[in-house]
Amino acid sequence: MGRLRRTMLYVPGNNPGMIRDAHIYGSDSIMLDLEDSISIKEKDAARMLVYQSLKTLDYGNTEVIVRVNGLNSPFGRDDFEAIARAKPDGIRLPKTETPEEVQEADELITQIERQSGLEQGTIKLIAAVESALGVINAFRIATASKRLIGIAIGAEDFVTDMRTSRSADGIELLAARGQVLLAARAAGIDALDTVFSDINDEEGFTREVKLIKQMGFDGKSIINPRQIDIVHRVFTPTNEEVGKASRIMEAIREAEKKGLGVISLEGKMIDKPIVERAGRVLELYDAAAKNYALRGDRHA
Amino acid sequence: MLNGVGRDIPNEIYGIGGLRPYEKTICSQRNDMNGMSVYKKNPGRKKVAASIQEAIKAAGLRDGMTISFHHHFRNGDYVVNMVMEAIAAMGIKDIVIFPSSLSDIHSPLIGHIKNGVVKRIETSGLRGAMAHAVSDGLMDIPVVINSHGGRARAIASGEMQIDVAFLGVPSCDPCGNANGYSLENSAASECGSLGYAKVDAQYAKKVVLITDNLVGYPNVPFGIPESQVDYIVVVDSIGDPKGIASGATRYTNNPKDLLIAKCAADVIAASGYFNDGFSLQTGSGGASLAVTRFLREKMLERNIKAGFALGGITSQIVELHEEGLIGKLLDVQSFDLRAVQSLKNNRFHYQIDAEYYASPDNEGCAAHQLDVVVLSALEIDLDFNVNVITGSDGVIMGASGGHSDTAAGASAAIIVAPLVRGRMPTVLEKVNTVITPGHTVDVLVTDQGIAVNPIRQDLLYNLKSSGLPVYSIEELKEKAEKVVGRPEPILWEDKIVGLVKYRDGSAIDFIRQVKRSKEYERRY
Repeated sequence: MGRLRRTMLYVPGNNPGMIRDAHIYGSDSIMLDLEDSISIKEKDAARMLVYQSLKTLDYGNTEVIVRVNGLNSPFGRDDFEAIARAKPDGIRLPKTETPEEVQEADELITQIERQSGLEQGTIKLIAAVESALGVINAFRIATASKRLIGIAIGAEDFVTDMRTSRSADGIELLAARGQVLLAARAAGIDALDTVFSDINDEEGFTREVKLIKQMGFDGKSIINPRQIDIVHRVFTPTNEEVGKASRIMEAIREAEKKGLGVISLEGKMIDKPIVERAGRVLELYDAAAKNYALRGDRHA
Repeated sequence: MLNGVGRDIPNEIYGIGGLRPYEKTICSQRNDMNGMSVYKKNPGRKKVAASIQEAIKAAGLRDGMTISFHHHFRNGDYVVNMVMEAIAAMGIKDIVIFPSSLSDIHSPLIGHIKNGVVKRIETSGLRGAMAHAVSDGLMDIPVVINSHGGRARAIASGEMQIDVAFLGVPSCDPCGNANGYSLENSAASECGSLGYAKVDAQYAKKVVLITDNLVGYPNVPFGIPESQVDYIVVVDSIGDPKGIASGATRYTNNPKDLLIAKCAADVIAASGYFNDGFSLQTGSGGASLAVTRFLREKMLERNIKAGFALGGITSQIVELHEEGLIGKLLDVQSFDLRAVQSLKNNRFHYQIDAEYYASPDNEGCAAHQLDVVVLSALEIDLDFNVNVITGSDGVIMGASGGHSDTAAGASAAIIVAPLVRGRMPTVLEKVNTVITPGHTVDVLVTDQGIAVNPIRQDLLYNLKSSGLPVYSIEELKEKAEKVVGRPEPILWEDKIVGLVKYRDGSAIDFIRQVKRSKEYERRY
């Protein structure tokens, strides 16, 4: 299993103070934004700031993603030219509607990687779908490039496109979330949920995180460091779950030693999906145990 | 001569006299107490004077004398300006003013200094226009910066003799029983504890109380007893309630402060001092206030209760007290109205004076009983020396307060600060001004890691084994410099504008006049 993406913290690409400190709060990923949080007048300045930050700052083990402007906008091409050369871990494509958009981005990055002597495929892609068309095309988008590590849903534009608005229980997103999840799982990549914008409504936020975790999402985009702990708490397995998972892994090891084919634990048969689930539980638990603010760059 | 923290201290300063260089000890030696002034009692005499001027005259204030004030009214204080206006109008000159601290609101002092009414100032801190003017060389004699405990020690030992103390009191009866609140009516300017004023009332040669709330005799409970009071003046208003205290100090929403606070709470929990009955003090800054919130969770989790909390008492500390998580509150200064209410109503919320709080001559002072104190810092250096008085531009902007007192007294002195402020690193090779010597500081908690003073190998071991992100302070400095670089050194003039005294009265550092560029002079 690859790296965890429980939390992806949005950071406006025109705010030096926030860019400088983005990694200290312990989110799994940070996403430096050049798109919707940047006004048209500041697009150039933000692009240069993010480029220089990527070149200069040390974000430790935190995954660094940059959300660029779409290639169909006047800023997209310049964003790719600058950002890909600064080698972030990944680039997030906004408002993706067709697989061709992903392929175009892939080719552009391939070109830049070649020009700048980077190994092919180093820079990953995340595609965000934010419209009815994007959601309908989710699987084709999710399988459009080898660079793709995740597909995300962007709710604000989506509900507008659907002629509705966001509600507390999120019924208006149910079909789209389901579609995006199915696409991600079928393509073998991560499924990332949308932001929750009322940072003072901790209760509502917790409810939503529990919902998307139960649905099967890998994580959520967040807009404030105060949301990180809540997501990580929800994604942290209970002691009971951890105990059971450890027993399963132990039984597997025992069975392998004895050369047994069929394994049972406490009277129940253990099959492959159960082992996989147990593995993920333990992985999430390990991540939570070392979930200190300065995760990753800890002093030995 | 080089003092105990390596600062070159002059032998003598005009107007102050010979200096004793700070030596590297946590002072607890007892000075002789002969200088202590006697209790004043004036039976049968009417104490209420018709005006401030009349009280000044009756108290016998003359040129060159020393007067004192307290700072319990913070930035809402009217008393200092009222009294100084009266003194100026009476033509009295060369006064030494010795308040427990000063705020923005006291900028009229600049005029009194220029006119020769005020010759010299000793205070805990300076802020606003006054601080700027002093840093720009306003005064001929440097301002002396004292800690709260050091000030109380100087008064009690007779090293500083107060000729007349002018103390604003939110409630007072005609005999002089006074307090920072009243149980009989709701005092408009209530401030809670009168901890700093109590020392002045006890030791000053003459004590003038100024109130806007004269209540019937006897005003109980009182913080200042009538036996210490000579004169009472009733005025329309002694302060602006909005500047004196807000409803409740609010928890910060700043994610960085919260991150630092959470980490500091983890440090306390791992320190070895987090046991049932432990004692604590927190500062009033965003991060140190928020420590209480995270500590509360840990106290509930591990079923640990604190024995007492000390110092400036805040609504956060009161909440824990009322929840049963802190046994007793020792209150030298109430930070908000919630704390004032608690002092009025809670049996184990107790008013203490500054000498009891932190005087190093008082061997059993409360600060020396502390297990843990959480303090902030403007700058900290590789030797863990802390600056809380001058900003990154060298200008005076803060206050010494109880910083060095509690750092010396507490078993674990924890400094909380962001690693970088704006474009300035917080960890420096040498701080610009030493308020608290590094050998009394134990841990630095920043948003990007923790550093433990190497003299505390025990703490280092405890924190490391708890998996906390511990670095050397040199590493933290490098981390900061990697992002913001090394700041240009501040340029100073030769003139000394401030002398920093350690709590034992020794000279620990001094502050020079800031050199202003031509550009600055043109613009301001």
